[in-house]
Amino acid sequence: MENLSEPIVQIRHLTKSYRRGEQLVPVLTNISFDIISSEFIALMGPSGSGKSTLLNLIAGIDKPDSGSLKVNGTDIATLSEADLADWRAANVGFIFQFYNLMPVLTAFENVELPLLLTRLSRSQRRERVELALSMVGLTDRMEHYPSELSGGQQQRVAIARAFITDPVILVADEPTGDLDRASADEILSMLERLNSEMGKTIIMVTHDPHAAKSAHSIRHLEKGELDVRS
Amino acid sequence: MAIPLSYTLRSLAARKLTTLLTAGGMALVVFVFATVLMLEEGLRKTLVETGSPDNVVVTRRSAGTEVQSIIDREQAAIVEGQPEVAYGMDGTRLTSKEAIVLISLAKRNSDKASNILIRGMGQKGIELRPQVRIVEGRMFRPGSTEIIAGKSVAERYTGAGVGETLRFGQREWNVVGIIDAGKTGFDSEIWGDADQLMQAFRRPVYSSVILKLNDPAAFTQFETRVENDPRLTLEAKQESVFYAEQSRVLANFIRYLGMILSVVFSAGAIIGAMITMYASVANRASEIGTLRALGFRRKNILSAFLVEAMMLGATGGVAGLVLASFMQFFTISTMNWQSFSELAFGFTLNVTIILKSFAFALIMGVAGGFLPAARAARLNIVDALRAA
Repeated sequence: MENLSEPIVQIRHLTKSYRRGEQLVPVLTNISFDIISSEFIALMGPSGSGKSTLLNLIAGIDKPDSGSLKVNGTDIATLSEADLADWRAANVGFIFQFYNLMPVLTAFENVELPLLLTRLSRSQRRERVELALSMVGLTDRMEHYPSELSGGQQQRVAIARAFITDPVILVADEPTGDLDRASADEILSMLERLNSEMGKTIIMVTHDPHAAKSAHSIRHLEKGELDVRS
Repeated sequence: MAIPLSYTLRSLAARKLTTLLTAGGMALVVFVFATVLMLEEGLRKTLVETGSPDNVVVTRRSAGTEVQSIIDREQAAIVEGQPEVAYGMDGTRLTSKEAIVLISLAKRNSDKASNILIRGMGQKGIELRPQVRIVEGRMFRPGSTEIIAGKSVAERYTGAGVGETLRFGQREWNVVGIIDAGKTGFDSEIWGDADQLMQAFRRPVYSSVILKLNDPAAFTQFETRVENDPRLTLEAKQESVFYAEQSRVLANFIRYLGMILSVVFSAGAIIGAMITMYASVANRASEIGTLRALGFRRKNILSAFLVEAMMLGATGGVAGLVLASFMQFFTISTMNWQSFSELAFGFTLNVTIILKSFAFALIMGVAGGFLPAARAARLNIVDALRAA
């Protein structure tokens, strides 16, 4: 259980740049901020502002050039590739814009995937997956393949997959970007419930001001730096 | 825990046509590979099983084959008189002084002729070969121009069936029986009385002496005695060893030709598998990125794609082996370069060949899948996710 008085994410002087040909293009410059436990924050900003890069760094799928990035007390910038993979499996739930479900696996099997990295038994996994799918209202779609589900339903499966391991943080990259308004609202209310009822810390990148309203706070990024409005 | 096998299997099934074509290419290579091994095994079985481990073949030193060997009557008698030679029920020595001649016979339904080995033998000749059974007609009578033909010869050569007549050595020879030698080399021979045959061909000498020892363990003693006897210019070999040596040149030829073909074909199949697997990695970059983001390690991705490539190989292996198993219904005949006579043999499939062929298929799969799997494992997560 994380300490509620301590920030769950501590970012200090974070810098990241990408090499484009001969040129080094800065994406994030000297970013420092905290996210406290059970916070639901939205990262906003124009395209190329670095918000997805920041999210990737927090989620441990990319590494910063410099600075420190502590999540739940672990400086993930210092972890090795393999340790980082284990860390992600235990601490991060991912929700992507295009759902990123395995097309050849059923809804049940997709949600079960992260649990294969745990020590849970087959029956324990089944119990958890069934509970997660019932929480997102898809009990009757468990054996369906992603291609047999609507966009909204696929994103609900992805949400179930994201919280199935009870991670410390949930990262969502444009979770409503591919959905119609009704489905988007359904997904946002689901995220709000995960935050309010289960106390999940959620970091969401979005372009959509309507989606951002679901968050407790909004951080704006502009050309790789945190906007003073944040 | 690894990425579930169901993901790998269903990913293959999702690309049915590509999977089938790639596995089909591998199946053809496995078919060639297995067929060559089956042919080599068939030849080995035919010739090696021709010989009995209890029997000894005595030929002229360095002759190599019975066709090239001559043993005069005096030397044959000395060999027959050696103390290690067993006695039969009738109190005579268990030996057969044999004369080999090659004749040319025309094939049924064809004008083509091939060399057939005629074996003139003593009365104990058939007793020394317990694997040989007369399946039609009867044994030839000693001192007559009667002959019996091997099953393979009777089926395929004009005049070699029971009741038919063959003309060679300026005589008419009546075929009075057919022998089944259990698919050994004797099925490709004609047997008759040694003395009659030697008279017909005006040959004063035998080609070999076949004999049974009192005790097979006494072979070394017998061999030393024969080879050191100053009156004899002969060598003794266990019959099974003698026939194994007969198959060596042809077996090596089949093996080397087959292996060269298999290696060349397998290069094509490996490239095919590689292209398929590279396409699979490219098409599933976002899935790989997602799996990595969820916490699966590089090694999990590597093994999942390697297993997928091995599945391709295994599918090809099973299909190739099923195809190759049908070859067991065929018999082929070719010239045995060491005896200059025709030899009929089949394709023999055994567990070792199945295992070798399957392993070959898996190796092809791994060889084709390793680079694409390594590429999949090395994909940058962020780049892979952007491929969605």
